[in-house]
Amino acid sequence: MSGTIDTAVDKEIDARGSFCPGPLMELIRGMKVLPVGGVLAVLSSDPGSAKDIPAWIAKAGHEFLGAEQHEGYTRYIARKAR
Amino acid sequence: MKERMSIVLFSGTVDKLLAASILATGAAAMDMDVEIFLTTWGIEAFRKDAYKTNTRISSDFADYGSTMRELMTAKKAPTWMENILGAREIGNVHIAACSMTLDLFGLTLNDLEPIVDEITGVASFMERARESKVSLFI
Repeated sequence: MSGTIDTAVDKEIDARGSFCPGPLMELIRGMKVLPVGGVLAVLSSDPGSAKDIPAWIAKAGHEFLGAEQHEGYTRYIARKAR
Repeated sequence: MKERMSIVLFSGTVDKLLAASILATGAAAMDMDVEIFLTTWGIEAFRKDAYKTNTRISSDFADYGSTMRELMTAKKAPTWMENILGAREIGNVHIAACSMTLDLFGLTLNDLEPIVDEITGVASFMERARESKVSLFI
């Protein structure tokens, strides 16, 4: 769950300070407009995202590439798989 | 067919509307259909423009009302109406208004927010709720 994830991202969304379910909504919106195969990063300071974001990615059938811990927020990275 | 969550939304206070709206968002995100049946104070909450001025909170926590409003503003928490609109954007959220309550209050569908889809009776809500995986009364 920590360390830097060495993946180029196509788009990064800063949802820090956004309140539950804000970061997840930003991720869903971002995924919608991303082409298949694209990589999206979402920054979230909501601790709920740690479970919610991977759960949504699994349910939606995308690929979770990992989460980087930073001071006060986490950077979640996923690839659009379909 | 998708799994479904059904909510009987009886309350019209902002705290409970917020909980219902976040649950609806979560269900829509997790690929469930959402069925919301508005009755009694839930109808009041969906009267046209009422959400803009509704600051009611559950009476058992009335002393928290102003604090909750301040915290929500400070943390830029989305309002319950914004959550409902967001849930509709990502999923299938059907909102029905109880015909009995509308009759009691002398209201028609035109008196409610346009996101209310239709007027139904309790039996048609039950027909949709019957096969729900999750059923809530809020």
